[in-house]
This record gives sequence, C-alpha cells and structure tokens, in this order.
Amino acid sequence: MTAATVTAPAASRTRKVGLIQGLGQTKTLAWRTIARIKENPGELGELAFQPIIFTLLFTYVFGAAISGDRSAYLQFMIPGMMVMTMLSTTLQVGQGLNTDLSKGVFDRFRSLPIARWAPLAGRILADQTKQIWGIVLVLLVGLILGFRPGNGFLGFLGAAALMLVFAAAFSWVAVLIGVTSPDAERVQMFGMVVVLPISFISGVFAPTETMPGVFRVFADINPVGNLLEASRGLANGGPVAEPLTWTLAWCAALVIIFAPLSIRALNKRV
Amino acid sequence: MPVADAGAEEPGHVISLRGLVKRFGDTVALDGIDLDVRAGTVLGLLGPNGAGKTTTVRVLATLIDPDGGTATVGGHDVATDPHRVREMIGMTGQYASVDDMLTGTQNLVLVARLLGASNAEARERAAELLERFRLTDAAGKAVKSYSGGMRRRLDLAVSLVGHPRLLFLDEPTTGLDPRSRLELWDLIREQVAAGVTVLLTTQYLEEADALADRIVVIDHGKVIAEGTPDELKATVGAQRLVVRPADAAQVDAVAEVLTEVSGSEAETVGQEVTVTVTDSAVLPEVVARLTKAGIEIEDLAQRRSSLDEVFLTLTGKAGDDETTDEKDKT
Repeated sequence: MTAATVTAPAASRTRKVGLIQGLGQTKTLAWRTIARIKENPGELGELAFQPIIFTLLFTYVFGAAISGDRSAYLQFMIPGMMVMTMLSTTLQVGQGLNTDLSKGVFDRFRSLPIARWAPLAGRILADQTKQIWGIVLVLLVGLILGFRPGNGFLGFLGAAALMLVFAAAFSWVAVLIGVTSPDAERVQMFGMVVVLPISFISGVFAPTETMPGVFRVFADINPVGNLLEASRGLANGGPVAEPLTWTLAWCAALVIIFAPLSIRALNKRV
Repeated sequence: MPVADAGAEEPGHVISLRGLVKRFGDTVALDGIDLDVRAGTVLGLLGPNGAGKTTTVRVLATLIDPDGGTATVGGHDVATDPHRVREMIGMTGQYASVDDMLTGTQNLVLVARLLGASNAEARERAAELLERFRLTDAAGKAVKSYSGGMRRRLDLAVSLVGHPRLLFLDEPTTGLDPRSRLELWDLIREQVAAGVTVLLTTQYLEEADALADRIVVIDHGKVIAEGTPDELKATVGAQRLVVRPADAAQVDAVAEVLTEVSGSEAETVGQEVTVTVTDSAVLPEVVARLTKAGIEIEDLAQRRSSLDEVFLTLTGKAGDDETTDEKDKT
C-alpha cells in the first residue's frame, strides 16, 4: 500500500472511477454479453423467429387489407417492423440484468472497484449487437419480399442508426423493469405491457388516421410514433426534421428520467 | 501492515464493526453487531439461518449500506469510502456467482480485465489460477457443465484474481459433498498461509472448528458468543457429567444429587443421568455425595462438550439444521 492509503477519509471520499476507466470497464462487460452469444449461438436463432414470422404474417395477412396493395404496404410496414423488433429486443436488457441480479453475478461486479454504472452500460452496449441483428433480419426478409427503400442504402442506414440510438435510450426503461421485477418471466410480462401499446398505437402497422381521438393524440406524442415517422422519412422519403428532433428529444428525456430511477432502484434492491 | 496507520481501527484489526444495525422494513437483520478481525487470521461467523451472517458480509462487501453503527475494512469506512474497500477485498457469495454461460477462463479474464489487466495479463492470471485450482481441464468449458465443487473452486479463484488482502466467504461449502468440502478447505488454508485475512460464514460447526482462529456466534442479529473454538467449547455449555447407577431404581436419587451439587437441572435418559457442569469442584463433590448415600456407580464420565452442543445451548437450535431452502437473505 502506498501513502495514498493513509489520507483522511474525507479526502479519499472523492475517489471515484474516471470516465475513461469506466468506459473501458463498460467495454469489457459488453464483451462478456457478446462472449455469451458466441458460447450459445442458438440464442441468435431464437431471436430470429419473431422478426421473420411477424414480417411474413403482416405482409401476407394484413398487407392487402390495410393498404389495398401488398407491395405498398411492405414499403410502409418494414420500418415499423424494425422498430417493433427493436422494442422487444430491449426487453432482453432487462431480462439479462434480472438474471444477473438473482444469480449473484451482479453482486460480484458491485464488489469490484469499478464504475457503478459500468455493468448497466455494458449490458445496454452489448445488446446493440442484438439490435443490429434484428434490423438486418427484417431488412433481408423485406428485401426478399420486395421492400425497396426509396432513399437508397444511405437513407436506410440513417434510419437504422436512429433506431439504435433510440434503442439505447429506451433500454433504460427495460433496465428499470429488470431491476424492479422479481424474476425474468415477470420482466417479459411487464415489458410487454409497456411495449405493446406504444408500438401498436403509433402507426407501426396501420396509419393513425382511422384511430379514435384519444389513440390519435397518444400516437402523435408517442416517442415510437415520432421515431417511426423519422425512420420512414429517412428510409423512404418524407418529412424528417420535425420527427427527428422530437425523437432525439425523447431519447434524451428517457435517459434523464429512467437512468437515475434505475440506478436508485438498483441500490435499493437487496 | 501500513493499513493500520489509517487510524480508524485498532492496530492489527483489518475489520472492525461497531454497533452495526441493518433493517429490512420491520425486520431487524443486524441489531448492534460488534466484531473485530485481526490481520492474517480467519474469523468464523457462525449462526443459524436468518441470524444475519449474509447481511454482515454484504455490508462489509459494500453491497448494502448499514442503517446504524460503523463498519471499517482496512481502516476505510464501507459507507463513506466504499471504493477503497472494494480495492482490497475478494468476495464469494452464498451461491457461486460465476457466469454459467461463460467458460472458466472467460469468467476469470472478465474480472481481471475489469480490474485493469491487459488482455495478455488477464489470460496469464486466468491460466495460473485455473492451474492452482485444478480446473485447467475444464478451462474451455461453459460453467453450466461444472460440478458443484468445480463451481465453488472457480468462484473462489475469481475472487482471488485481484490479489485481495481480505476474503469474504459466505457459506463457501454449503451443499458440497465431503470430498469437495475438504478440497475447498485446503484452498482456503493456502490463502491464509499466504497472509490473506478471511471472514467466513458457515452453518457447519465442523467447518468453523477446522478453519477459524476465532469464532463469533450470532443469532437474531446479535453476537451471542465469541472466542477461539477451544474457549467456546470450554466456557459455554462447559462439560457434561454423565452418571449411570448400577441399580436403575436409584436414577432419581442420582439426579437429585447432580442437580443439587451442580446447580443446574439434571436430565435422565434411560438409566443415564446427565448434567451440565461449569465448576471443576463439582465432580469430586458428586463422587463424595454418591458414596456417602451408598449409591453404587456403574459408570461415571465427564467430557468436554462438542461445538455442536455449544451451538445448541447458545441458539436453542440444532447447528447442522439443513434448512437450506430458506435463502438466508437476512
């Protein structure tokens, strides 16, 4: 031990992990989640079911009924399907965290001299790889069925990037659900209660014009609705500036509200 | 130990608890615990389920804040200076807290990297620990395929990655078969020999007896006894005097004499009368009185109580009570 150990408690109280160190620890913890996927590649297969089956179902079951024309519906629906997939993937952050908490793995991390936020941030970062996987899957199925982004590849890339930013912000909601739920099954259940309304009342699968008043108001302020409009604008063409601003504002708000709530809930959890 | 210079602790004490209180809602988990651990020794924290063992370890490992009193580790207060505490401790929880989906190597590398090692250093440290804990053959296998004993060994190895000076082991051998338990004991003894201070919780008296230099018995969040294993055996519950009269009809007369001389109630089981004895003058007095009363003795023996009896006397419960379904989170 060096002389630094002998400093008065009041002085050493300020000692914390630096941002750079914390980011390095976040990267290591993200590596852990990715290593888990490498050890269990089947997990990616399981993740593939929902986006593929939903894309096929919505195209062939609702497509013609909603838009009158299947290929027009495909243009409309594919960005929405990506957003829907993204939202349900964020719940995995909550589930993984819940499992870590109940198995004691999280206790180990918390007993190490690392940044307090690193385990959470690491998980959110790692689950972005699952998000990319989901987006790529929906895109591939869409392309096979005849989806052609109107603004070309770059426009689509912009939309995908925006979805990833939103996913990272929305993950804090999943973290809060993960920390406050007693077990992983409950995370899925509570998560669906949040995810289903905000994804369905948003124009993901059907235009909002035909919805009753309250639903339309909700659809207009719904962060997912804004994200969707901005993504469609970027990928297919249409208004971008306004929905993009709203989406980014929502992202900031989600982090500002849910990150502190999550960390508080985490510290309270025994 | 330079750490002793930090001032908040008595010289040589690396862990000091003073009046530690922790509540969970209405439940008082820790009700004013005082406890000291000298550097380089093993303290066994013994108690039945729900006594407060795990809560004590969780406070010391900076996982939960105490509601009252102070806890210092290496001179640093766990509540106000947790980062310093984390720098010198290693912890293994009640349930081996390793990642099931990762391999043994990956679990070790993960923690080494988090502690600031480069990738190469981390792999080297992992290989070294795997070798020492006889896990090299299973290094590349996912932990979910490990046996209970292997998991516990890996868990201990992971907690040693950062060369901690203090090790908290929360029921390290609960649920293990006897051979795995002995193996783990040896590994813990190696750490002690290397100068690591250990605080160990256990429900197994045998384990505390085998590993601990000092034992603190807690129940309902309070310290109810403290001392070396021998001191505890000698002071609490003291000795058991067993007398067996040749004539079964004289059992009651014997019991009367034993109760009168020892001052505590004698118990009769079959033809044997037993009494707890704390005064060494009791034995000759009993012999004299029985002889005087003309009671013929078939067998008379005085033996030191086992740690089990001590525990039973202290807590009013059986020590090896295997109610492990209760999570002992309090």
